[in-house]
Amino acid sequence: MSASSLPALRRTPLFDQHVLAGAKLVDFAGWEMPVQYRGVREEHVAVRTSCGIFDVSHMGQIETSGPQAGQLLQRLLSNDLDALAVGGAQYSVLCREDGGVLDDLFTYRLDADRYLTVTNAANHERDLEWFAAHAREFPGARVEDAIDEWAMLAVQGPLAREIVQAISDAPLPPRMAVGTRRLGGAEVLVCGTGYTGEDGVELLARPEDAPGLWEEIRRRGALPAGLAARDTLRLEVCYPLYGNDLSVERGPIEAGLGWCAKEATGFIGAEAVAAIRAARPRERLAAFVIEGPGIPRQGNPVVGGGEVTSGTLSPCLGVGIGMAYVPAERAVAGTRIEIDVRGKMRPAVVKDKPLYRKGS
Amino acid sequence: MAQASYPEDLLYHPEHDWARIDPADPEHAVLGITWYAQDALGEVVFFDPPSVGSTLQKDAPYAEVESVKAVSDVVAPLSGEIVEVNTALAENPGQINEDPYGEGWLVKVRLSDPGEPAVLMDAASYRGSLAG
Repeated sequence: MSASSLPALRRTPLFDQHVLAGAKLVDFAGWEMPVQYRGVREEHVAVRTSCGIFDVSHMGQIETSGPQAGQLLQRLLSNDLDALAVGGAQYSVLCREDGGVLDDLFTYRLDADRYLTVTNAANHERDLEWFAAHAREFPGARVEDAIDEWAMLAVQGPLAREIVQAISDAPLPPRMAVGTRRLGGAEVLVCGTGYTGEDGVELLARPEDAPGLWEEIRRRGALPAGLAARDTLRLEVCYPLYGNDLSVERGPIEAGLGWCAKEATGFIGAEAVAAIRAARPRERLAAFVIEGPGIPRQGNPVVGGGEVTSGTLSPCLGVGIGMAYVPAERAVAGTRIEIDVRGKMRPAVVKDKPLYRKGS
Repeated sequence: MAQASYPEDLLYHPEHDWARIDPADPEHAVLGITWYAQDALGEVVFFDPPSVGSTLQKDAPYAEVESVKAVSDVVAPLSGEIVEVNTALAENPGQINEDPYGEGWLVKVRLSDPGEPAVLMDAASYRGSLAG
């Protein structure tokens, strides 16, 4: 059980900071990551009410560059890359030919012919192979593994921008934008994105600059927050998590990500996605709230068909919440369902996403 | 409580449960989970108690405690019949973290096998098992 017995796990440049802060470390996709420091709820509430800082350096980066970089990404990613301006950020999914989701990704356009795509840790190698395999059709595009070049910190919460702004040499990029800034002594890619439903930034920094950046942002009031809080925060606002809510077994339409699938661009999988969109999917990812006691968990069956893909106790709402693939006609707000939580039938009601809204 | 503690007056089960048997009332035991168990679990947010009158089988799960992140079975250190459950935990399951040997007790049982307590560990043995 002790951290020291975990075999051959990768460590981020912030490992020493986590140990000093008393983190509980776990194996996450082959990385020794902080799941929590003093407590999930305290960290969760800090992000909702003030500011939290997360080490997400386990996430991967792929750099795509060259005169055909945009064309290659247009072929790979579900969203419309032509709509991504220099200095912009865009969310998309990576699909197989059959429309199954290989990963969900943010892509930042750093320059006219230079893009950085952030991958999920568990999918990074597969994504990289997929990118490289398809790059052969685009000789003017170069794909490089950039995972070792970047540490990644997420600073999230209503005070996050204020805290980071105070150490920045220029105004921070707005939401869904990216730009290089000097933060303290470090040159950092500041991205107006996040995974918590709060305002804030994600910082891509050189690994050697990460500890100083972490310490400085902490000193200014950000509470270290672990992967457990990251999970409860994203689930309250119904952001899907790859491996839970997204998989190669299902496509973006079923997952509620039809808004980032632009089939007219001809991305790999577009025909399959268009067919499901036209015929309407059999199942949809629904968000629900348990009425009464009980905490739904991944894998719990939904009575009458379907399965919970993510579940937790919502720290802000104080009840069990989750997402589940259910027959499409039941994925409608107000529908009453029952979740089989290890043999106990827990009544629940389907709700509109997100489950948590500011001020609710 | 922030610091590990394993009171001398308790008996311990390898699955990180404790039993308190009052010498004046050797037919009953109060059960709970150890400091180690609650620390590994993190903040407990839900305790689903068994019902009074149900029976416990030594070494078999009899209840569940859940943290935000995970659910964990609670294993019975001794066999018996439940005569009381800690109903206060429904409102305040965090007591299992804050006071695992006091307010965070889980159930009280009438023991069915008087020979069983002798095979449980004392505090020193349990501490030793954690160090290994």
